[in-house]
Amino acid sequence: MGHLDLVHLEKAFGATRVVEDFTLSIAEGEFISLLGPSGCGKTTILRMVAGFESPSAGAIRLAGADISGLRPRERNIGMVFQSYALFPNLTVRQNIGFGLEVAGLPKPEIAPCVDEMLALIGLDALGGRYPFQLSGGQQQRVALARALAPRPRVLLLDEPLSALDAQIRVSLRTEMRAIQRELGITTLFVTHDQEEALSISDRVVVMNKGRAEQTDVPFAIYNRPATSFVANFVGALNTLEAVIENATGGHVRIADLTVPLGRQLQGQKGDSIRLAIRPESFRHGAGAGGDIVLPAVLEDVHFLGSVIRIRARVAGQLISVDSFNRPDQPPPPVGATTALRLSASDILVLEAS
Amino acid sequence: MSARRLLAWAILIAAVLFFALPLIGMFEFSLRARRGTWSLDAYANVLKDPQFLGTLAYSAVLSVVTIVLGILIVVPTAFWVRLKFRRFRPVVEFITVLPLVIPPIVIVFGYLRLYNTSSWLPLTGSTTGTDLLLSLGYVTLSLPYMYRAIDNGLGAFDLKALTEAAQSLGAGWGRILYRVILPNVLVAVLSGAFITFAIVIGEYVFAALMNRPAFGPYMVWTGSNKAYEPAALAVVAFGLTWGAMGLLQLAATLSTTGLSKTRLSKTRRTR
Ligand SMILES: Nc1ncnc2c1ncn2[C@@H]1O[C@H](COP(=O)(O)OP(=O)(O)O)[C@@H](O)[C@H]1O
Ligand SMILES: [Mg+2]
Repeated sequence: MGHLDLVHLEKAFGATRVVEDFTLSIAEGEFISLLGPSGCGKTTILRMVAGFESPSAGAIRLAGADISGLRPRERNIGMVFQSYALFPNLTVRQNIGFGLEVAGLPKPEIAPCVDEMLALIGLDALGGRYPFQLSGGQQQRVALARALAPRPRVLLLDEPLSALDAQIRVSLRTEMRAIQRELGITTLFVTHDQEEALSISDRVVVMNKGRAEQTDVPFAIYNRPATSFVANFVGALNTLEAVIENATGGHVRIADLTVPLGRQLQGQKGDSIRLAIRPESFRHGAGAGGDIVLPAVLEDVHFLGSVIRIRARVAGQLISVDSFNRPDQPPPPVGATTALRLSASDILVLEAS
Repeated sequence: MSARRLLAWAILIAAVLFFALPLIGMFEFSLRARRGTWSLDAYANVLKDPQFLGTLAYSAVLSVVTIVLGILIVVPTAFWVRLKFRRFRPVVEFITVLPLVIPPIVIVFGYLRLYNTSSWLPLTGSTTGTDLLLSLGYVTLSLPYMYRAIDNGLGAFDLKALTEAAQSLGAGWGRILYRVILPNVLVAVLSGAFITFAIVIGEYVFAALMNRPAFGPYMVWTGSNKAYEPAALAVVAFGLTWGAMGLLQLAATLSTTGLSKTRLSKTRRTR
């Protein structure tokens, strides 16, 4: 049993099932991201936890107690919205103090709490301003402080960074994670941005069409995707069409190349399967290791600074190859033939989809 | 200047004359109480008349009560309709324009039938009851303007997100309405309030049929009993109405400069 348990949650709006059999156990102080494409039900799950929607079936338990019957204001769960949703008529201080005032704290006790929160988000000097006098990033920090001030039992964040521009998005997510760690608050974070989810989460739940496809630490989600949806949604992926040559021996054929995968395959000789390879799994050039060699023709070379991105053709199929820039190794010329190397363990076998 | 512009100016001047001439004529007439010279005698007579201040004060107090009742009824209704019952918006909008369609005389007869001394709720049995009934009648009369103003005000910000934010911070409905919703529709409420004020100050039918000493009936009574004073009174009433309109304009301007300030700071904002 975790701190927050979502048990077989279901939600239907009329005939459309938006969340299906969703189970998740979140430990105290854990930071979990729900990652998935738009419309997959992330917000709906968050809103059920907050109490704005009631589940069609299943239970929501907080510290062991079922909270499904409680009204939103009785749950003591903090929420941060994509649109900030700051009260326009209140100053930054009043916004942050709102929850404390509601809780009935006397004024002299509210002020130091607000000061502490302002320091936490680094806006000590802006307490007297109104929301419209702040930038988007500052507004979202105030929204975070407002949600945290009453010391909620869980913090919910619904795409809090989506309305901000790229630079602030990255710096603010780091800051949010640092604050979350400092306070040790159990957090459920919703995003459709995989980099965001992978970079700041203890664990990531990849969602598709209302279901959890995989729940694991970011490293595992990226390197050992459980389903082809996860493999495709998280990170860039090359897919190569192949035909099984020997299922038990793990040999497949890509055009006229035989490739040993080193693992047993489901299916039989002659079945076509899809192999997936991350762009950064390939190695090429002098000194490259790897037991599998694929001859490739380079069609396009993009020098991006730290990364060199190559479009290459392997057995008639176009793939993308990423390698780090090295001063002693200039990018190969377009039209050249090269040997791409990789390890069998870098190849994912996708189930037919 | 092109012929088109000339025509436009001609139309504008004709329109100004059409509206201004009667007013100028009335004002000029109101100054003629003393034979052979212009004077403010008619105004002095009007202001001297204790009935003038009495009825004006009565109507002013009534308009304040009407505005408060209107706000208490309309703000929660419009809020609730926007938040939870969007489907019923057309129905509610239809109901709120009914007072424009149904003649006041019909409405007031309806009230008198429903609340007369031999009814289930004999409001007309006492003066306080009648005053209350009159005020409620004025709430009805101002409903189309009050509702539209406040509903527009509610549409100007993200009602749902603010409500949910307040709820997640533990706030109940009363606090949400009082601390979050009302302050953010205050300008809209003000404009509705000024229109209500103008309506209540000039209204005749309700007040006359309920036999209360309001400003509207007083104006009509003066009109049929005096010569120059009605013109002076009309000018005063006109000034009051324009004063209310001016305040409304001021509130609207303040709110729009507030908005442009918002916009400015958005374009200028730094990280
Ligand atoms: N109140 C509602 N009534 C009907 N359908 C809804 C409602 N809220 C959400 N949906 C639908 O549920 C699906 C999931 O929505 P949502 O949880 O917002 O997805 P996400 O946050 O992952 O983008 C969407 O198809 C959306 O149209
Ligand atoms: Mg969403």
